[in-house]
Order: sequence, then C-alpha cells, then structure tokens
Amino acid sequence: MSVIVTAVDGGPCLVQDAGRPGYAAIGVGVSGAADRAAYALGNRLVGNAPGAAVVEVVLGGLEVEAGEHITVCVTGAPTPLEVDGRPEPPGAVLTLRPGQRLRLGTPASGLRSYLAVRGGLDVPGVLGSRSHDTLARLGPTALAPGARLPVGRDAATEVLVDAVPPASYDGRAVVRVVRGPRDGWVRDVDRLVGQVWRVGAASDRVGLRLDGDPLTATPHRGELPSEGALRGAVQVPPDGRPVVFGPDHPVTGGYPVVAVVVDADTDRLAQLRPGDELGFRWA
Amino acid sequence: MNVLPYGDRGLLLELADTAAVVAAAGALLADSRVAALVADVVPGARTVLLVARPGVSLDRLRAVVPGQEHLNSADSRALDQGPPQAEVVIPVVYDGPDLAEVADRTGLTEAEVVDAHTGRSWQVAFGGFAPGFAYLVGGDPRLQVPRREQPRTTVPAGAVGLAGEFSGVYPRASPGGWQLIGHTDVALWDLERDPPALLAAGTTVRFVEA
Repeated sequence: MSVIVTAVDGGPCLVQDAGRPGYAAIGVGVSGAADRAAYALGNRLVGNAPGAAVVEVVLGGLEVEAGEHITVCVTGAPTPLEVDGRPEPPGAVLTLRPGQRLRLGTPASGLRSYLAVRGGLDVPGVLGSRSHDTLARLGPTALAPGARLPVGRDAATEVLVDAVPPASYDGRAVVRVVRGPRDGWVRDVDRLVGQVWRVGAASDRVGLRLDGDPLTATPHRGELPSEGALRGAVQVPPDGRPVVFGPDHPVTGGYPVVAVVVDADTDRLAQLRPGDELGFRWA
Repeated sequence: MNVLPYGDRGLLLELADTAAVVAAAGALLADSRVAALVADVVPGARTVLLVARPGVSLDRLRAVVPGQEHLNSADSRALDQGPPQAEVVIPVVYDGPDLAEVADRTGLTEAEVVDAHTGRSWQVAFGGFAPGFAYLVGGDPRLQVPRREQPRTTVPAGAVGLAGEFSGVYPRASPGGWQLIGHTDVALWDLERDPPALLAAGTTVRFVEA
C-alpha cells in the first residue's frame, strides 16, 4: 500500500514519529512530532501503534492520492479537508478509495497538522526513528510532489471512533514555566512572565524566537560552558531575546537557560505562528 | 556536586571539570537503576543532563543519582579493573587556513603547533554541534585559542579545529567558527556504520601527521 504526494503548497511537510531519544552523546537530538499530543491522537484515531510515522504539515497545502484503500485522519491545526474537491468534516476518520485525492486547506488557527494513515508510513528510518530532524539533517527528506510513501503494518487496533471535534488554537497561548538552571544569568527573570511576547519570523522546529522587551544579562558572568538542552528550554542569547527550544533543538548549547516550559505545555508551542502572542506564567 | 532541576523532566548535575563529566557520564550510563529511569544522558563541558523517561518524576530520578564521591570512586575502579580504552588514531594533514594564526596567538611555530596537537592524546568529552561531532579535551594547554571573530559560512567535512580548551573534527560541511589547523579523510559520521559516530564519549583520540 502507498500514498502518493500530489501537491505541497503550504509550509514544509515532514515525516515524523516519536523521535530518537538516547543518542545525545553522539550529537543526535530527539526530534519527532512537534505537537506530540496531536500526533498521538492521530495514530489512535486510525488504530495505529504508538510511534507510527505520520506527516507533519505546516499551514496545510498538502494533497495526497491513495494508491489503494487507505484510512486516514488529520489532527492538530484544523485544516479544511476535501476529498476529490468535496468538503469533509475536519476531525473525521476518512477512507479513501484508490485514486481519490485528499487535500488539506489552510487551517483557521494553529500551525501544524498531522496526517495519520492507518498502518503508519513505512519510509526508511535512521537510528530507530523515521523523524526528519531539520537541524541534524537526519531522517526522511521533506515531501515533494511525486513522492510515494509506502504504508506499513503498524495498525494495532480497530478504528473505534469515526470523528473527534477539531482542535482550535484561538486566543493567546499562556504556557507554564519553571525557573531554569541558569536563572541567575539574567537580572530580571520575572520579566519573562511579566510581558506578552511575539513569535518571531525566524521561528522553526529548532526554536521559537521571541520578540519583546529584551531580558538583561547579569554583568560579568562571562561565557557559560556548553551544556545539555531540552525541548521547552528558554535560552537567552546576548541580545536578550529568548529562544524556546523545539523538537530539533541543538543537543548542547552555550547560552543560559533561565526557564523551562513544563513538558506538557510544549505541544502548544508547536501551534504558534510567526506574529502570534505568547505569555508565560510560573508553574 | 550540585543537582539542579531542569524543567519537570531534567536534572542537571554540575561537576568540577570536564574530566569529572566524562567519569560521571560513564558511571551513570553503566548504572542500571539510572538507565531504567532516563531517556537520555547529555554530557556537557561541566555538566551532565539527565532526561527522565515519560512518567518518571524528578524525585524518583533524584533518588537514584549517586553522590559525587561514589561517581568518582566507581570510575576509578572501572579504570583500575577494566581493559584500556580503545584509542582512535586520526591522520591529519596540517594545512589549515588558520595554522599561521594559531602559531601567532600561541607563540609557537607552525611545526610546534603540530607537535603539540599530536604530542598528547585527547579524550571525547561531549557532543552536540552536529551528529558525530565530538568536543575533545585533555590536549596540550598551550593550544588554547579563541574562536574566530567571524565564523566561516562553510567549513568542509574533515576540517580539524581548535577553540578554547577543545579540539574537534567537523563531521560534515557546515558553518563554523573554530580555528582550522588541518584536515583528515577519516569519516567521523557514517550512517552505514554501526554506530555511525566514530567517536563516543570517553574515547581516546590521537592525532598523527598523515
């Protein structure tokens, strides 16, 4: 079984799964789906085993053609769905006949949608994962029109639900943070939670770059020796503008981590678009 | 040893120096109680970050982190009893574009820079810049030079560089700010190989003139 990519008109479309933890010592990060909850929901809806590979779609624009009968659903950013030009409800589990085309429109809110296919995508993996790591440049290449994605046998259960309410990412995101190991390296870490930040244009899977009133480095601290980083770490470079690490963050980094987003709240970060507002509150 | 929380999934262990990091990371990876609870162990220059598996609380993880004395003694026992660490020999052509500047900054001749770089073995401390990149420590202290003020937009694969207390080999073409003193044909990263990284934490490295 396979799925053929017929159009990629939005942002990058990348194969993702649960990532490749355990390789930090050789310079390889975890990567994996940016919005893990939406990714896991997609796999559950089509009856896949946890960890099955899906397509992570940025701002819709993906069109695929079914090679055989396939069962699919789209979670995360709520893209309008069309099958052969006919609208289908977002959040629905759909069965496509051979030759039918599913098109993802532009989502009304959010950034990343997950196209899960029953059986999982069976593209070759690297170090135990089919995730595309944009920083390490590991894993399956970004999807392009004409790509044929084999469908695997990662189905674990029957499809039990035929639709879920689509997600919505309206309203300002406020995520919980705890103080980071280097909170003393800025003079005013409370200003992280005391203002509304704006997501910068250069944000990507490596990190969200935030614009706002910059934080001030504590004087005479010098340079921090490189240390391990995590998804959700809030790193403050010399210009004082925080970077919140995403799934493809560097394994080690040399700027102080002054706060860390609570792990469960990092999924919400994956749905922020450039220009969106973001607030923090102490957990 | 300081143990700092790093969000709700990480503990950051602060150690005295990079040698202590190498020892602690090795001891932690060998400890089955720790291995059962961690998703990843991330060595840094002065720290080791322990990342809890999903569902494992930091309190549970903290309870199995051995004290520093234990980490140190565990390592020295391992060194006393274990076989000598494998040594990786990397032949280098010392023709890097910054060789003259490194000589200038260190007060050595270019030949003395080469002698210093090849004269002592190095040890892998940690990774992180790119897959297969290893920060090497333990070399001749006279070779400490700052990074270039203007990083290069492209450094070729195999370039051998110096920065601060570290030496390293670029596993693939990338931007880079290290002072380049030579190049090697040895592949630092090869996905066809298992493991793909030539250098793992704790590996001893000796550079020789090609």
